Amino acid sequence: MDVFDKLKILTDAAKYDVACTSSGVNKRAAPGGIGSAAAAGICHSFSADGRCISLLKVLFTNVCSYDCKYCVNRSSNDTPRATFTPRELAELTINFYRRNYIEGLFLSSGVLKSPDYTCEQMIETLRILREDYRFSGYIHAKAIPGADNALVTRLGLLADRMSVNIELPSQNSLQLLAPDKTKQSIFTPMGFIQNRIQENSRDLVKYRHTPKFVPAGQSTQMIIGATPDTDYQILNLTEGLYHKYKLKRVFFSAYMPVTHDSLLPAIDTKPPLWREHRLYQADWLLRFYGFFAGELLDKEHQSFNPFLDPKCNWALHHLDSFPIDVNRAAYRDLLRVPGIGVKSAKRIITARRTTTLHFDGLKKLGVVLKRAQYFITCGGKTMEDIKITHNAVLRSLLSEKTLRLYHSSFTWQAEQLSLFSQTTPHPMPQEDIVKCITGQI
Amino acid sequence: MHNRPDLIYCYDGSFEGLLCCVFESYEQKEIPLDIIAPNAAQPLLFSGRKIATDLQKSSRVLTSISAKIGTAALDFVRRAFLTCLAQKELHILLFLRLGYRHGPAVMDMLTHEAVNTLFKAVKYLERESHLLTGFLRFSIFNNVLVGEIEPKNCVLPLLVPHYSERFPEERFLIHDKTHGMGLVYQPYQSAIVPLEALELPDVEEEEQAFRELWQLFYDTIAIQGRSNPKCRMNHMPKRYWKYMTEFNRPQNNIPPKLPDSSGKLLLTI
Repeated sequence: MDVFDKLKILTDAAKYDVACTSSGVNKRAAPGGIGSAAAAGICHSFSADGRCISLLKVLFTNVCSYDCKYCVNRSSNDTPRATFTPRELAELTINFYRRNYIEGLFLSSGVLKSPDYTCEQMIETLRILREDYRFSGYIHAKAIPGADNALVTRLGLLADRMSVNIELPSQNSLQLLAPDKTKQSIFTPMGFIQNRIQENSRDLVKYRHTPKFVPAGQSTQMIIGATPDTDYQILNLTEGLYHKYKLKRVFFSAYMPVTHDSLLPAIDTKPPLWREHRLYQADWLLRFYGFFAGELLDKEHQSFNPFLDPKCNWALHHLDSFPIDVNRAAYRDLLRVPGIGVKSAKRIITARRTTTLHFDGLKKLGVVLKRAQYFITCGGKTMEDIKITHNAVLRSLLSEKTLRLYHSSFTWQAEQLSLFSQTTPHPMPQEDIVKCITGQI
Repeated sequence: MHNRPDLIYCYDGSFEGLLCCVFESYEQKEIPLDIIAPNAAQPLLFSGRKIATDLQKSSRVLTSISAKIGTAALDFVRRAFLTCLAQKELHILLFLRLGYRHGPAVMDMLTHEAVNTLFKAVKYLERESHLLTGFLRFSIFNNVLVGEIEPKNCVLPLLVPHYSERFPEERFLIHDKTHGMGLVYQPYQSAIVPLEALELPDVEEEEQAFRELWQLFYDTIAIQGRSNPKCRMNHMPKRYWKYMTEFNRPQNNIPPKLPDSSGKLLLTI
């Protein structure tokens, strides 16, 4: 089997992994070496599905001893199998990197022979890159659940970011679909990596030249729509992961049916892309906008509104805390206004030092007045001819067609999504289809 | 100070030349209708006043900018000079005049027309240069990395630190076709030189093999069920596609060779 075959098989097997970010660490090449990294991350291309390609995302091998039902690489699946040699993969990476195709390597793997053996092979690949080629580019390595802690440590010293996939958002779902994995087998390595990162940051204070352990932090991903877990559960889990395990990112992956199984959605089910999109929006609100999961969803409302983004939805239910005056409001309050984002809020703070802001000025700062006008005042004045009632705001935020769907679907919100028979329950608003993203923004 | 609707400054196109125009504007207490570089293809309705580049004057302006408006403003103006903004010279002059009046606070006056125009232009420049740190593709000829770009802004000076930190031991050439400039690098030395045309030799076998491997990867990584061409175009506008390996395929090679098709290049790694 030559490199073309291997690359095709092992890319095909890796494509359902969402994370392709190259962010979180700043590095430059050492003398005699090659490669650097930028904390903001760099996208090198975008594939036909609109996802960013930043790293060479491949499996080391798609041979796997586990039989997880949702996975293309499960041992019972009849699919061509391939395995890279460490040197082969390292050379491919360097050659792609020199041509500026990629930002680095994303290495995951099926479990070949045993978790320890697989982990050793991955370590050897990374060692060749780091030591033989003196490569300082970005490397994201997947921790193999069940591998020895000493091996995870070695892997972590070579990689920039590590991840352990949660895969499914609840213990029950795991039991059902991934019988070889348990909650413990996932959270143990995650906790271990988190501890090592903290230890390492303490060591770095004492000894400047301590080797860095996973300097870009760790991330995880979970599959959306393969199991009946609700948005509320998923968002709470996400918030918990950010607090407890200090994760850098949680990725969501709309379930793409890859197999027939009575436990899984039918093979012709469309991936719940709109739901994934809403989850990412909420994820942003948690990380950058100071929202809590409990503010966006609660026990009574367990699913996101498909027609309104989570921030607009929150604002509409809290009309009593608006309008706020852009010339006086604190940064954290500005962030809660629909139509004002992180950048425009910062610009407002800067610009109002020298002048009083008016509506035309806000437009220049990048504020989306179409949404923001209902929630703000400039020098005590609201926008001319604006009625601030729930319905008036709704009418202007949604197109006529979506508004009709919104009103006709009041029952829909209350009932939990039946995920097993679900196709997209309502057409997604056009602007959301265009904005739909996964992975890197 | 007079607005002079009948006067145009002609300068030599250099940053120092522009600073001399600023000097002239203050000395004569006037604001010209426009400031143009010699190669600007604009018919002159009014007689232009030629502003000679005097390094003494320009360095006086340079020191006064960092002293009175701040180094951040100087850096900002240098960047603004690289943008493709129409009448950027005049906008820079207006910005600097505002800056001399208000001091460093001018950098906060984001809603002021003169500041806002330049801020948007600089943001565009920075975005384009950031995209090109990703979308640029090198081909390897004789162990030299060669890449071509057609940017709207003059991004080469912004790309120098990125690529020389990334490939310190390589020799590379980035050809900016729009502005006829080239960024040349060899270990620990870099220069930006005028470069009109560039003739590339034939592609070597190894280079061709890696191109095809990359195209294979690019096609395989996409998930068919979530195809979203509009989203791709939003993130990666089509004008960048022209020089990207994944979109440059020989006519007989679409779709790319699949592993089981015969006649593919054998690659020895």
